[in-house]
Amino acid sequence: QVENVRLLDRVSSRKAPVGTLYLTATHVIFVENVSETRKETWILHSQICAVEKQSTSATGCPLLIRCKNYQVIQFIILQERDCHDVYISLMRLSRPEKYEELYCFSFNPNLDKEEREQAWNFIDVKAEYKRMGVPVQLWYITHLNRDYEVCDTYPTELYAPTSATPPIIIGSSKFRSRGRFPTLSYYNHDNHASICRSSQPLSGFSARCLEDEQMLQAIMKANPGSEFMYVVDTRPKLNAMANRAAGKGYENEDNYSNIKFQFIGIENIHVMRNSLQKMLEVCELKSPSMGDFLWGLENSGWLKHIKAILDAGIFIAKAVAEEAVSVLVHCSDGWDRTAQVCSVASLLLDPYYRTLKGFMVLIEKDWVSFGHKFNHRYNHLDGDPKEVSPVIDQFIECIWHLMEQFPCAFEYNERFLVHVHNHIYSCQYGNFICNSQKERREQRTHERTHSLWPHMWKNSADYMNPLYRPDHSQTQGVLRPDTAPYCFKFWRGMYNRFEKGLHPRQSVIDFLMAVKEETQQLEEDLEIHEEKIAKLEKSQVNSNKIKAKPRDINKHLGVSISDNSIANTPQDYTDTAGTFPSCSPSQLDEESSVLILTRDTLKSSDPDLSTNSDQESGVADLNCRSPSGGDFLPSEDSAKDPD
Amino acid sequence: MEFSELIKTANVDNVVLKQPFRPPVRGTLCVTSHHLLLSSRDGDTMELLLLLRNIDAVEKRFVSSGTITIKCKDLRILQLDIPGMEECLNIASSIEALSSLETVTEMYPFFYRPLNLHLQEWGLHSPERDFDQIASQTDRWRLSCVNKDFSVCPSYPTAVIVPRSLEDETLKKAARFRQGGRFPVLSYYHRNNGMVIMRSSQPLVGAHRRRCKEDELLLQAVLGGSDLGYIVDTRSAQLAKQATLIGGGSESKTNYINWKRLHRNLERGKVLQESLIKLVEACNDQSNNMDRWLSKLENCKWLSYVSSALITAGLVAECVEREGCPVLVHGSEGTDTTLLVTSLARLILDPECRTISGFQELIDREWIQAGHPFQLRCAHSAFSHTRLRHEAPVFLLFLDCCWQLSRQFPLSLQFNEALLTRLSQEVYASNFGNFLCNSDKERCAFRVKENTNSLWAWINRPCELSKYTNPLYECNSLAIWPSVNPQSLQLWQGLFFRWSHSTQHLDEAWEEIRLIVSEHKVKGNTDSTLPGGLNSQAPAGISSVCEPCC
Repeated sequence: QVENVRLLDRVSSRKAPVGTLYLTATHVIFVENVSETRKETWILHSQICAVEKQSTSATGCPLLIRCKNYQVIQFIILQERDCHDVYISLMRLSRPEKYEELYCFSFNPNLDKEEREQAWNFIDVKAEYKRMGVPVQLWYITHLNRDYEVCDTYPTELYAPTSATPPIIIGSSKFRSRGRFPTLSYYNHDNHASICRSSQPLSGFSARCLEDEQMLQAIMKANPGSEFMYVVDTRPKLNAMANRAAGKGYENEDNYSNIKFQFIGIENIHVMRNSLQKMLEVCELKSPSMGDFLWGLENSGWLKHIKAILDAGIFIAKAVAEEAVSVLVHCSDGWDRTAQVCSVASLLLDPYYRTLKGFMVLIEKDWVSFGHKFNHRYNHLDGDPKEVSPVIDQFIECIWHLMEQFPCAFEYNERFLVHVHNHIYSCQYGNFICNSQKERREQRTHERTHSLWPHMWKNSADYMNPLYRPDHSQTQGVLRPDTAPYCFKFWRGMYNRFEKGLHPRQSVIDFLMAVKEETQQLEEDLEIHEEKIAKLEKSQVNSNKIKAKPRDINKHLGVSISDNSIANTPQDYTDTAGTFPSCSPSQLDEESSVLILTRDTLKSSDPDLSTNSDQESGVADLNCRSPSGGDFLPSEDSAKDPD
Repeated sequence: MEFSELIKTANVDNVVLKQPFRPPVRGTLCVTSHHLLLSSRDGDTMELLLLLRNIDAVEKRFVSSGTITIKCKDLRILQLDIPGMEECLNIASSIEALSSLETVTEMYPFFYRPLNLHLQEWGLHSPERDFDQIASQTDRWRLSCVNKDFSVCPSYPTAVIVPRSLEDETLKKAARFRQGGRFPVLSYYHRNNGMVIMRSSQPLVGAHRRRCKEDELLLQAVLGGSDLGYIVDTRSAQLAKQATLIGGGSESKTNYINWKRLHRNLERGKVLQESLIKLVEACNDQSNNMDRWLSKLENCKWLSYVSSALITAGLVAECVEREGCPVLVHGSEGTDTTLLVTSLARLILDPECRTISGFQELIDREWIQAGHPFQLRCAHSAFSHTRLRHEAPVFLLFLDCCWQLSRQFPLSLQFNEALLTRLSQEVYASNFGNFLCNSDKERCAFRVKENTNSLWAWINRPCELSKYTNPLYECNSLAIWPSVNPQSLQLWQGLFFRWSHSTQHLDEAWEEIRLIVSEHKVKGNTDSTLPGGLNSQAPAGISSVCEPCC
């Protein structure tokens, strides 16, 4: 516990609030001193990505905390020694070495054993394959990997074409990196075309494997109408060729009959990590000029990479939907770029993955079960920094870009994506820990931790896109996005999500959600009243007993949704060229402290603002306050925020 | 001059038209005095009706047949394949001649007579009306007709609002001290605190440091009770200083003791026009390369200009609302960046101008009547090959800033993006008279009001109005402070990719939004008129409902 700590705001130059810093076993908590509000900022240790102690100045010792959810917090601690102590503790706390230290093993949402089990069964990958229509005549479920002996990074249950016998599967797996043989990821029921995934073949310069060739043949045959299949290598050609020298590489079109081979050119995890780093540096610039920002964005190459992934997904979706041709996708190990591309393609192809539950299933299927190395990529346990890379971040960003182009096509909203992203890093739930199903079984995560999905499902009201309608034309069929360069924009809602000043001051989504909710409420009221009138008319009972729900919330809606106290906060229009001449600092402070006060009353009701890391509690609160409870009182205070 | 002299070939058969979002069509091309028409042979449907004034550039190419590429001021690009070399050349030269007519009275608005609109429906937002509103709040201001014959300032309207304490004679003298006679006049009166935004042109200080007692008096009168006012100069301090060499300059501290001068450099004129040209070129680049796109976007600097316009407007609004000081805005001529800043500041501060009618009034008062030289500035757009003279997309920049505001405050503006894009087109080529000429003086001389129709009258008809209404609008009585960080500003795709990027999915989204909102309204109404309303009222209501069955 350290007192008299100041929390700096990166965007505005408002007076930094003074408060107390607490370190607990799981969180860093900053509590402001202002007596009425005592605003709290919570940071989960597992979200901390880096802690930096900067050189001591006259005001104190600055401590910079960078989080994996792109929050950057700067404290100023009075005593250098305190700062050092905090720094040392955080260095240790933010870098757990054993799984047991992760938050999910201590997090307890008060569920009994049965509920916990049910929660884990909420998303069922096997049921998902059933939904796609497999097993079917042409595809069967194989248990060869029952004990993870064929491939220790694959799940136990896998789907193979009927003509691929166990010897073929095993033979093929020996010819593939880490035994990751071609297996079914998505099956298009309508035209039998499928998306399969694997790792690279161990072809070197000339090696062949009959079983592997038969395996691909079997996949092609499982799509009876087709005369060929695509093999998509998502790597740049140069990288793939370099792999041949190491005895790996790619399929030779001469050896495999009826394949069309295609390089896509998505860069590797190291390039992506550096690219993100560069972009985050741009986000952190203090009042950058438009030129600086655009130059930095271009220089980071980030949007170029996002475009490459989306382009790859479109290629595959097109092959499956329009040409009715099956596709085998791989990269090197087949757990990063392959996962990205397969899931993007599935999302474009199948409207189901654009629903709330469908998205959860997609993550469980293409990412969790197929051994995407969550632990390494998102640095849950202190490990090799070279293994860290924003792979799933990019996938999530692709979805956001699709949402921007197809505002009615997704059942979930941006907030959902941001919260899922947050939990991939938070380690609060057991879904994303470890690197493979095998490891998770060893850790007994289903018994010792909880599943995220039922929790999010419970709060689904917050994650709904009000524009989504299952019967809307945009919802149906395959999405065909535009990938011209100008369609790709910086995702402010993710990378600058904690810089509230940068965001639109009024939210259309929140407004529409409130409107929709109220419409429903009115509808229900109407029904109740009609019923009651009907009764009245029959029995002619005195009307006094009827309780009406007040209706003047209408008037308050607009004001309450648009967060006016924030809307009414001007930026610094002055700091571009010197200081505002007349404004004495004290004047400004007075003004802004009043502002901060009013904002705080609001903040308590906004999950993103109040509990910075532990959003879930905020979300739960939110739900309780929602008018659907029935006892919704009209608020006299127009600043109240029922969002 | 007869139009027919310019039309060498009026009709050509078998012309193939290629235009955005449509399959190519074959038909008969026809050049009339103001339009380019193409009707397809089968069914006689009109495939194209293009105002010749909308054409910015014509490019000819000959392979087997002739091809004319037509680049429009609204950024659309069309292609016509015309059989026959001679016809092709004739068509091209007719288009070129007719699209650059400079005589105002020959322009299409003087000929356009739509069925359901009458010439007299101008319903202008006059200074008088503006003044009446202010007069109901304070008596510090008066309406002066010192410029009734446009002799004091040719670019001002006949009536202007000035401090009550000043005589017309004083104004005349002050006008002589300002470039083009644009003496400080009231632009906006902020009801919340009685503070004002004034605008003018630069003072003619010159190298000899001239001063003008009447001008100083005028600004002193503006201050009223305040002990401090701000002068926001839309040029950098250096540029303002340079201007003294050619007779201009800015207000000195010693002569205007209670005024503080702030300099914010806003680009204007040629630089702005070239920025637009580069941006449009970048938008039409087909290379599909991300790096190239971002570097071109940066290079054209358009978004930087958007950002500085919003910053300066924000500064002015902040001085008024939060500092409680009067502000005077000027650059050099006071007809471009000055108006950009004052109109944006007003949009930030004044909830009234965020309504559709208020926005029309803002454009009428702060752009048209304030003497923005539309005819000069909008003579050409981004494609023209002619040498640039007075062209500058200042108004387009204003519309872009409005769009940015609408993105950041999606609930606070009553008008939608469609109105902004419509205006971006109307200022360059229009059926209506609103944006003709450079000043009220010219408009009076050409009797524009008597002989043309008003765009506002057209738009304000209920059937049109709904297209331009933001379904999410809820009156917001507060100031809307825009975020000016680069992360918060975006390229206006709806304008710059209007003809290359289908907005179908976004339009569908707006349709959904309309649906949700209207459903809510309907439910709200039935509910409050029927049982809900009646329950909260006296029990008498119930009994009256029950009566029929009692």
